[in-house]
Amino acid sequence: MDYLLTEEQIMIRDLARQIAVEKIVPVRAELDEQNKFPRDIMKAIAQADLYALFIPEEYGGLGKKSLELCITVEELSKACVGVATTYASSALGTYPILLYGSEEQKKKFLPDVATGKSLVAFGLTEANAGSDASGIQTTAKLEGNEYVLNGTKQWITNGGEAELYTIIAITDKSKGPRGASAFIVEKGTPGFTFGKKENKMGIRASSTTELIFNDCRIPKENLISKQGMGFIIAMKTLDSSRTGVGAMGVGVAQGAIDEAISFAKNRVQFGQPITSFQAIQHMFADMQTQTEAARSLVYSVARYIDSGAKDFSRASAMAKLFGTDVSMKVTTDAVQIMGGSGYMKEYPVEKMMRDAKILQIFEGANQIQRNVIALDMIREATRAK
Amino acid sequence: MHIIVLVKQVPDTSEVKINRETNTLIRDGVPSIINPYDRYAIEEALRLREKHGGKVTAVTMGPPQAAEALKEAVSLGADDVVLLSDRAFAGADTWATSYALSQGIRKIGDFDLVIAGKQAIDGDTAQVGPETADMLGIPFVAYIRKIERVEGKKMVAERLMDEGYDVVETSLPALITVVKEINEPRVPSLKGKMKAKSLKVTAWTAADIGSDENKIGLRGSPTQVVRIFPPTPRGQREILSGNVEEQVASLAKKLKEQSLI
Ligand SMILES: Cc1cc2nc3c(=O)[nH]c(=O)nc-3n(C[C@@H](O)[C@H](O)[C@H](O)COP(=O)(O)OP(=O)(O)OC[C@H]3O[C@@H](n4cnc5c(N)ncnc54)[C@H](O)[C@@H]3O)c2cc1C
Ligand SMILES: Cc1cc2nc3c(=O)[nH]c(=O)nc-3n(C[C@H](O)[C@H](O)[C@H](O)COP(=O)(O)OP(=O)(O)OC[C@H]3O[C@@H](n4cnc5c(N)ncnc54)[C@H](O)[C@@H]3O)c2cc1C
Repeated sequence: MDYLLTEEQIMIRDLARQIAVEKIVPVRAELDEQNKFPRDIMKAIAQADLYALFIPEEYGGLGKKSLELCITVEELSKACVGVATTYASSALGTYPILLYGSEEQKKKFLPDVATGKSLVAFGLTEANAGSDASGIQTTAKLEGNEYVLNGTKQWITNGGEAELYTIIAITDKSKGPRGASAFIVEKGTPGFTFGKKENKMGIRASSTTELIFNDCRIPKENLISKQGMGFIIAMKTLDSSRTGVGAMGVGVAQGAIDEAISFAKNRVQFGQPITSFQAIQHMFADMQTQTEAARSLVYSVARYIDSGAKDFSRASAMAKLFGTDVSMKVTTDAVQIMGGSGYMKEYPVEKMMRDAKILQIFEGANQIQRNVIALDMIREATRAK
Repeated sequence: MHIIVLVKQVPDTSEVKINRETNTLIRDGVPSIINPYDRYAIEEALRLREKHGGKVTAVTMGPPQAAEALKEAVSLGADDVVLLSDRAFAGADTWATSYALSQGIRKIGDFDLVIAGKQAIDGDTAQVGPETADMLGIPFVAYIRKIERVEGKKMVAERLMDEGYDVVETSLPALITVVKEINEPRVPSLKGKMKAKSLKVTAWTAADIGSDENKIGLRGSPTQVVRIFPPTPRGQREILSGNVEEQVASLAKKLKEQSLI
């Protein structure tokens, strides 16, 4: 398939692919096994200007958009979703500043994101607030020229590793959905510490920790946009980045297909390569068709967002939902095709299957994506009446 | 610091085909890459520049398509490139190659350090580095695995030996060749790739570098390749294990099986 990518987009894809092949594939099993943060790879990604990709040119970036980000994330995910998550979460954490930050905030923070000096994290989830983000209890109280943060965020990607954290906290409980605000918190701010690193089923190269705020004082200039905008900023941020999670699904699915087919060609049973069995052929055909369909949807949605569209909630939810459901199915089937070998750590597909699972859960569980899609459909049908 | 890196474009395959008549490499149709050792040379040059400032110039002698190797060097971060390309250079052996490179380097002018790869994966002679240094009349140090420090006109580096390493001090300018232990080459940057894409590489001809026509190309090559053949494969080998008695017993058994004793 040719997706009519520009020469520059192909250049970006090839570069991300080169990083995947040269820097990620040789170490991914070790990172996975040892729960090890991919510091050297992040350095290579920075050196390759891939953090600059999603930062506007006036702040030291290359001013590329969703499609370029999706292409990059897809290539990285072919090799390791843990590494891709680390990279993509930096974009996720940067979106609040990109979308709603002031000129001063952009000038102050974005150049270091572009060079890769600052890795970024996004902190919304708490122990009692997962799918229902409105249940967050972390508070931010204005005292003079400072906001004072108290509370604990849970399962935050890049926790402990990132320099910058965009945090959603309650500023006025009585205002309900208008009671939250978004803040930028720098690592090293007194009163800001990290909980233990989670021991996960997959994406073990990525760091997931608690963020603990204990009378943490930040300058009031670190409020993003206005007080009360917290949930709107969070939702727009997730809408903008979700397509990228679909792209991760496409990447890991393709990675698994590529592994499985090169294995199956050489695996002989009953005197013939298992690729000669129609049952296996049909699995491959379905896996590739689903992955290609997911890729088409992800690229289309990314292009739609990049065209300047405003109403892309449903579209990005569909890209995330479909791309990640496909990745779970395809990676599971890849293990099946490879049989016992697929189940062994000598081959990468068991890791791909474990890694794929998170994609259906984070950045809005797939049930929540279905809610978003259906509610938008119903709203549209009602409006049409 | 002005660092010159010698970059050779080589075929991306260990299956090198040879023209039986001229006994030279057939490069047409074979995808080309930067000689892997030269990627370490480029990386080390970039690191020195990052540490000490200055600039990196990549130099190659080759056919017009060798410009691609220079573009890759730019995508990795090289500031400047020089392509030495002229039909008259064709058929050069290591001596003629080194002569052309040294003339090119003279024309570039001021430099502090020349870095080359340990050897090229096609020609494999490991002669171009030392010969070029000799023709330039500058010190040469082979097999550098680490540059410890550069202080003014002096450099201290570690030279890889069969067992261990030597710590070597040399005056600058000098020419060194590097081994793969020295660093881990980076991947290109996007900005570098964009710069490389729009780069126009102009070639310096034999006349441009003021070369003596008797010293370049086939005519300037004292080496005659008489015959090319694959080394005869060594027979099946086996290393016996166990203590001395066990090894002796096992050896005796095998020799008996072959009716040799
Ligand atoms: C089959 C065959 C046999 C040959 N036999 C001989 C022979 O016996 N004697 C002989 O003298 N020549 C021989 N040559 C000739 C010649 O083509 C050499 O390959 C060439 O001169 C470079 O030497 P090398 O590849 O061994 O490089 P090396 O000396 O192994 O290269 C070391 C480093 O020098 C630099 N370098 C080398 N070539 C270039 C270049 N063109 N531009 C920029 N930097 C460069 C690179 O940094 C490289 O890493 C032979 C060629 C072929 C195809
Ligand atoms: C590895 C990892 C990294 C993460 N990184 C980040 C991060 O960087 N930043 C951040 O803020 N958060 C992060 N999260 C949190 C993540 O976004 C949440 O886990 C996710 O939103 C789901 O919340 P939950 O786990 O609390 O599940 P719950 O909300 O408790 O849901 C449990 C189940 O119930 C279903 N469910 C819930 N509500 C409904 C409903 N209304 N209708 C139908 N089904 C429903 C869900 O789909 C799910 O299957 C991360 C999580 C993990 C595991």
